[in-house]
Amino acid sequence: MSSLDSAAITTHVSQRLSKKASRNIKERVIEFIMLSAAAFSVFITVAIVYILVKESWIFFQTVPLTDFLFDTQWTPLFDDAHYGITVLLSGTITSSVVALLIAIPLGTIIAIYLSEFAPFSVREIAKPLLELLGGVPTIVYGYFALVVLTPILQWFWPDLPGFSLLSAGLVMGVMIIPYVSSLSGDAMRAVPMALREGSYAMGATRLQTALKVVVPAATSGIASAYILGISRAVGETMILAVAAGMQPNLTFNPTEPGATITSYIVQVALGDLPHGSIGYQTIFVAGLSLMLITLTFNLLGYWLRKKYREVY
Amino acid sequence: MSIETETTHVPAPALKAEVKQLDFYYGDFHALKKVEMPVYERCITSLIGPSGCGKSTLLRCFNRMHDLYPGNRYAGGGIILHPDNTNLLSPDVDPIEVRMRLSMVFQKPNPFPKSIFENVAYSLRVRGMKNKTELEDRVQQALKSAALWNEVGSRLNELGANLSGGQQQRLCIARALASDPELILFDEPTSALDPIATASIEELLMELKDQVTILIVTHNMQQAARISDYTAYMYLGEMVEFGESEQLFIKPKVKATEDYITGRFG
Repeated sequence: MSSLDSAAITTHVSQRLSKKASRNIKERVIEFIMLSAAAFSVFITVAIVYILVKESWIFFQTVPLTDFLFDTQWTPLFDDAHYGITVLLSGTITSSVVALLIAIPLGTIIAIYLSEFAPFSVREIAKPLLELLGGVPTIVYGYFALVVLTPILQWFWPDLPGFSLLSAGLVMGVMIIPYVSSLSGDAMRAVPMALREGSYAMGATRLQTALKVVVPAATSGIASAYILGISRAVGETMILAVAAGMQPNLTFNPTEPGATITSYIVQVALGDLPHGSIGYQTIFVAGLSLMLITLTFNLLGYWLRKKYREVY
Repeated sequence: MSIETETTHVPAPALKAEVKQLDFYYGDFHALKKVEMPVYERCITSLIGPSGCGKSTLLRCFNRMHDLYPGNRYAGGGIILHPDNTNLLSPDVDPIEVRMRLSMVFQKPNPFPKSIFENVAYSLRVRGMKNKTELEDRVQQALKSAALWNEVGSRLNELGANLSGGQQQRLCIARALASDPELILFDEPTSALDPIATASIEELLMELKDQVTILIVTHNMQQAARISDYTAYMYLGEMVEFGESEQLFIKPKVKATEDYITGRFG
C-alpha cells in the first residue's frame, strides 16, 4: 500500500518537473527572450569593434603607425596627405580640459550644496531643473556657444576668433555639470546618517562634516561621476562641430579654433569622399582612437570604484 | 544588608548636570514630558526603559542632536550643565559649543573613512589643533584610555573600518575622549557587539568614570545593574523613578519600576 503511494507521488513529481509542462515551456521562452536581448547588445559591440579594427587595419597597410602617432599635421583630404592623430587629439584634449575645468568644480560644489546644505524644498526643485540642462540637445548648446557666448567673450577679448575651442569647451562644461553633480550628489546622499551624526557629535560644523567626512566617504561615487564627465567631454560632437571651427590645428591654446576627433568624423562622414579611399578609412581610425580613449577612462573608473568602495 | 551599609558610606557626589522640567516634541508627538533627573559627576548613570520610552531622545537632548533635523522642538524646561550653570538647550547657546563639551558614542560603531589616527584626531582637528606633536600625544593618550593602544599603536595609518566591531567601538570611544569632554553620552554602545566585546566595553566604562561623567542608554537591565551607579527608569516619555542602581534594582520605590525590572512587563 505504502509503496503504491510513493510510486504515485513519484509520477506526480516527475510530471511537474517534466520539460513538457506548459509552465516550463513558458519559462524557457522567457529565458530565451532575455538571453537574446543580452546577446544582441554584446553582438553589436563586437560588430562595431570588428568594423573599426578591420578598416583601421587596411589604413595601417598604407600609413605606418609611427606617422600616425608622431606626424604633426592632419591633412588626409589634401594632395600632400598627412595623418598625424596628435593634431585631432590636441583639439580633443584642449576642449575637454576647458569643459572639465568648468564642470568638475561647479558640479562638485552644487552636489555638496544640494546634498548637505540645501533644505529639502530647494533640493526637490533644483535637482530636476539641473538635470534638464543635460537634456538640452547638444546642437542647441553648439549654437548657443557660436551666437551668444563667443560674441560675449569677444567684448572682453577682441582677438578671439569666431570659432574657438574655448567657447565650445565652456558651453560643453555647462552641459556636463548635471552629470557630475547628479551622480556625485547621489553618492553623497548614500553616506549613512550615522557618519554625519558622529561628526556633528564631535563638534564639527556643517562644512567640516561635508568636506572631511561625507566627501571622503563618497569618493568612489564622486570618482565615477568625474570619469563619466570626462567620457562625455571626450565624446561630445555637435558642440565642437558647430562652435570650434573643424580646422585641424596642433595647439593646446583654447583661444584658437581646432578640430577634435569627433568633429573630424562628422566633417568627413558628411563630405563626398569616395568609399574605400584612404581618406574615408581615416574616420575608422579616428573612431578606433576615440573608443580606446573612452575605454581607458571606463576601465580607470571601474578600478577607482573598486579601490575606494565604502562598505558602510 | 552589607549592600545598604556600603551605599550609605558613599559620599554624595557633585552634580554635573540637571534635567529640569524638560518637554520635547517630534513634530506633534510629545516625546518627553516634564522630565527631571540629576547626573552626578564621575559616575555612570543609566537610562533604562522599554523601546519608545524616550531614553535615547533624552540622551540626544544633551548634545542637541535633535537640532540636526527639522520639526524637533524643545518645548520648555532645560538641561543645566554645572559648574557654570549653562542651560544646554537655551537658544543663545551654540549647539557646536555644547558638542565640544559633551561627546557621544553611538549604537553602531561609526568610524569615519579615515585612518585610526585621523579618526581619533578628528575632534581635535575640528577645533583647529594643528601642532603635530600635541596631536600625536593626545591621540596616544585617548587610545590608551580606550584600552586600544596595545592593539593598534603600531598601525595607526590603517583604516578604522578594518578593525573588528569591538575595536571599532573602542576607537569611537577614543575619538570621544580625545577632546577631553566633561560628559560622554553613550547610546546603547554594546547593542551591536558580541558578549566578549560587550564585556570589554563595560570594563572600559568602569575605568573611564574616574576621568569623565558617563550617561548611558541601555536596553540591557543586567548591564545597567552591573556598571552604573545611578539608574533612571523611563516609560512613555516620563521619568518613573531615579535612584542609586542598587536601590532601584533591589528595592524599587515605584510599582511600575518593579514590574519592569522583574520582567512582568516590557
